[in-house]
Amino acid sequence: MLKFLKLTAVSLCISNPAMADGLGLGRAALPEEVAAWDTDIRPDGAGLPEGRGNVETGEEVFAEACAICHGDFGEAVDRWPVLAGGHDTLSSERPVKTIGSYWPYLSTVFDYIQRAMPFGNARSLSNDDVYAITAYLLYVNDIVDEEFELSHENFMEIPLPNEGGFFFDDRPETELSVFSGEVCMQDCKGAVEITGRALVLDVTPESDEEAPAEQQDAAQTTPAPEPVATLDPALVAAGAKVFKKCKACHQIGEGAKNRSGPQLNGILGRTAGTIDGFRYSKAMTGAGADGLIWNDETLGAFLTKPRAYLKGTKMSFAGLKKPADIEAILVYLQSVME
Amino acid sequence: MGNVFKGMKPSRRSFLKGAAAGGGVLASASVAMAAGDSAITQIKPWNQELGDGVDVSPYGVPSEFEKHVRRQNVEWLTADPVSSINFTPLHALEGIITPNGLCFERHHSGVAEIDPAEHRLMINGLVEKPLVFTMDDLKRFPRENHVYFLECAANTGMEWRGAQLNGCQFTHGMIHNVMYTGVPLRLILAEAGIKTAGKWLLVEGADAAGMTRSIPMEKALDDCLVAFSMNGEALRPEQGYPLRLVVPGWEGNTWIKWLRRIEVGDQPWHHREETSKYTDLLPNGQARYFTWEMDAKSVITNPSPQAPITHGKGPTVLTGLAWSGRGTIPRVDVTIDGGVNWHKARMDGPSLSKSMHRFYYEFDWDGSPLLLQSRAHDSTGYVQPTKDQLRALRGENSIYHNNGIQTWAINAEGVAENVEIS
Repeated sequence: MLKFLKLTAVSLCISNPAMADGLGLGRAALPEEVAAWDTDIRPDGAGLPEGRGNVETGEEVFAEACAICHGDFGEAVDRWPVLAGGHDTLSSERPVKTIGSYWPYLSTVFDYIQRAMPFGNARSLSNDDVYAITAYLLYVNDIVDEEFELSHENFMEIPLPNEGGFFFDDRPETELSVFSGEVCMQDCKGAVEITGRALVLDVTPESDEEAPAEQQDAAQTTPAPEPVATLDPALVAAGAKVFKKCKACHQIGEGAKNRSGPQLNGILGRTAGTIDGFRYSKAMTGAGADGLIWNDETLGAFLTKPRAYLKGTKMSFAGLKKPADIEAILVYLQSVME
Repeated sequence: MGNVFKGMKPSRRSFLKGAAAGGGVLASASVAMAAGDSAITQIKPWNQELGDGVDVSPYGVPSEFEKHVRRQNVEWLTADPVSSINFTPLHALEGIITPNGLCFERHHSGVAEIDPAEHRLMINGLVEKPLVFTMDDLKRFPRENHVYFLECAANTGMEWRGAQLNGCQFTHGMIHNVMYTGVPLRLILAEAGIKTAGKWLLVEGADAAGMTRSIPMEKALDDCLVAFSMNGEALRPEQGYPLRLVVPGWEGNTWIKWLRRIEVGDQPWHHREETSKYTDLLPNGQARYFTWEMDAKSVITNPSPQAPITHGKGPTVLTGLAWSGRGTIPRVDVTIDGGVNWHKARMDGPSLSKSMHRFYYEFDWDGSPLLLQSRAHDSTGYVQPTKDQLRALRGENSIYHNNGIQTWAINAEGVAENVEIS
């Protein structure tokens, strides 16, 4: 690494005079533009915004925005990332790599949440919410107690347990010489036996060559299902585009399965909270029990501002602002009736 | 168990195609002797009728008989297809260039669809002049063309604990090799003027994952490109349209797609993709990080589980691909007996640094079972290790950077299977 940094200094000196004055391309970035995009955080605390949030608030925000994939306590749903636990597993046969067991720096947690989470609605959390969620993640990893509040002031006082668990790539010293040199070409070993077979596991996806021709044709057009003839095709197409906002959590069409959100086939006309096998919020099943049926009016209102329409819903989506988008998506959902 | 194969046996269709192409299947030869080959004696529609005129397909697509050549996902690998990966069908490709539509995809928040008129590249941090470029600005810099492979560090990652997926598309298909057109990153950095304390870059994507990686300045000034084209046309959306970083020889995750910002700093950022992911856990519980370079690697693409031998014994073409993140591949060795005896393969086509190389080994198959392996040598003298050699040093939990030698077992019917051998 040291050698590498020296080289850097040398190459800088060489490279700069070549185009010392540059080509004069581009324009100056305005301070507010840099501020809008430069939100990254470093282990030394560079980039941390002012703010604060405690474990209790974090638990609430996490339950609403994160638990649908990561579980109420960071234990994860399906194959989504596990965020808590896994202590002392790194040298075991099945390591569990979590924030508490593996991640070296807390700054990475804050940075990642503020840039990429929640999945499908990135950059929607306030700085205080990100502090609160981060505090909660420390709590579920047994690093702080339930009274803890995290802020830009005490952030640097919280090392993660595995900070010392990493070292810079040493393959040049430990592997390259071992794996270089003369090789044997003739009579290199005795009898050869097969010691493992992929077919025993049988986890390979079906080959397309095995698929009948019709299925291949279908594959060309999925996942867009056939629209029902009476609906305005332009609206259906517009709705399909709007549906991209929903795709992170919801599937629709042939073979649609529950993901982080329930599958949506035939949603119009159905009682709320009634898809088998989906873990709804109490608010949603309660609304269904009280007689909420999804139609253009109710679903349209829900999609405008989900958490205002149905307080306590797990759906972390902020809502569709444009009435035209709501009209289009309702037509699209209608078009994909079973 | 021998011949009991479930997923990847040569299908009836591929046999029939082989026969129609006049391969060497006995049945078709005898038919030809009895009544003449109908492919010759009958007038076919395409011999007689008019085909489509020009412009029926303004952007051309492959023949309808090639529909089986496509990227494929392994559904159980990830929680959701929006944050997932699919695989390049290496077994169906020739030469060294991957067609754009078959380049494997890996997204963390789906494909960002960006209007190039609304795309900007910002340079900020330890620079004399923080700058913003439009796509038009970037196309006024001197540009270069280079062929490079892009391999995901997790390629072959499912095979650490043993033979698992049956097909080189799935074991080795997180790779593609295309010609990029772009601006050397050092020219763009020079335009902003790097301050002397500037030792690292943070590169950031415009997608909903806001992908970031730290890149050391030495690499940035060496051979990185800010690319806008692949194989002569604009980048495909799934490959980062309109702008991506090209980091030759380094793990694919560093090749930030939808590139919107480059920040110069004095230390690495240790972001999610270079700490919790893309770090290589060793048996003692310690992990390597910043393992950027891709070690030399090769794989036999034909025959392989998805491309069995369908012609019976006789003249047989064995071919495959080899690459190294540290240079060229001057030599590949091939064995058909599980490593008892090795043969130097015939290298063919361009030999470019940090690009795929194509190799061939033609032999006369006697119809007996085979154990096929290939072993790459790169221009630094490094020789591709066996999987057991790798496991001895790294254990089985490192997920990334598995470049061990791959074995295909071929049975007497020509069916191929992913196996491990003693």
